[in-house]
Amino acid sequence: MHRFANPARFLRLSALLLPWCAGATVILTILGLWFSLFSSPPDYQQGETVRIMYIHVPAAWMSLFVYTNMAIAAACGLVWKHPLADLFAKAAAPIGAGFTFVCLVTGSLWGAPMWGTWWVWDARLTSVLILFFLYLGYMALVNAFDDPQRGMKAGNVLLLVGIVNVPIIKFSVDWWNTLHQPASVVRMGGPSIDPSMLTPLLVMAGAFTAYFLSVVLLRVRTEIAQRKIQTLRLSVASGVAGDGTVTDGMRG
Amino acid sequence: MTEFLHMGGYATYVWPAYGIATIVLLGLLVATWKGLRNAEATLKALESARPTRRRTRNSSNSTGRKAADQTAGTPAEASEG
Repeated sequence: MHRFANPARFLRLSALLLPWCAGATVILTILGLWFSLFSSPPDYQQGETVRIMYIHVPAAWMSLFVYTNMAIAAACGLVWKHPLADLFAKAAAPIGAGFTFVCLVTGSLWGAPMWGTWWVWDARLTSVLILFFLYLGYMALVNAFDDPQRGMKAGNVLLLVGIVNVPIIKFSVDWWNTLHQPASVVRMGGPSIDPSMLTPLLVMAGAFTAYFLSVVLLRVRTEIAQRKIQTLRLSVASGVAGDGTVTDGMRG
Repeated sequence: MTEFLHMGGYATYVWPAYGIATIVLLGLLVATWKGLRNAEATLKALESARPTRRRTRNSSNSTGRKAADQTAGTPAEASEG
């Protein structure tokens, strides 16, 4: 773990990984769209609206996956002062928020024809909405301090507190009465979903994961560059102060 | 083809779902790409504008060497001006 704490080593590693992640994203997206739009049957109850599932469910998985990773990174950042962990959490947040937004909107678009309502304030939907606000709150908090270190620290604490929401989302459909259907893939006794529908689901989940890895690598690279810009600007500022004394001396 | 686009009467729900996902994911990718290009350009500009410390260190080395066998002062003046 600590071997990757070195930004220079990370930059080399990410340059190596990025083409593979980007390639996997393109191939899996094409495959996933083919499976989900053409080569899977309509549901016997829900008809063609079942195709919304191939976006909705992987996006929901990603919203939890990204948040969990950010919380792990936050713990590493707080405990070991791992500089890249902080940057990873900051870089991943907008992607996680994006997936959560997609999950909420597609869920609404699926709920309208199938449940007869765009939104209900039940446990599952509300807890996912809270997850979305946790992402937004983290992004606002991290950028709210003049000192980025303090912002990161506050954001990391928020991420760790918010992790309680993740199991609540996962088990909300079992704990409370809801319109939302219970888990049909990650459940005891294996998936209860037909293979013809499980394949597009898993391929799309793979595509989203590869997309996340590609974009987060680019964003961490951006954060490292921004860190360097900041230290350069600070050293320039202090260098100017040093030159100032010299010119004063020359003037006097 | 029209039947495919029709989505069994649910076209108004299925296509916006795919559209939203495309817009959000592509938008994030473009924003990330632009941010990276901006940051790297700024970093490059800053680094090329401020190699002063490195230059003075190099020139002080070279002045030391050159001062021994060449006319003293000229390289130091060049680096300071």
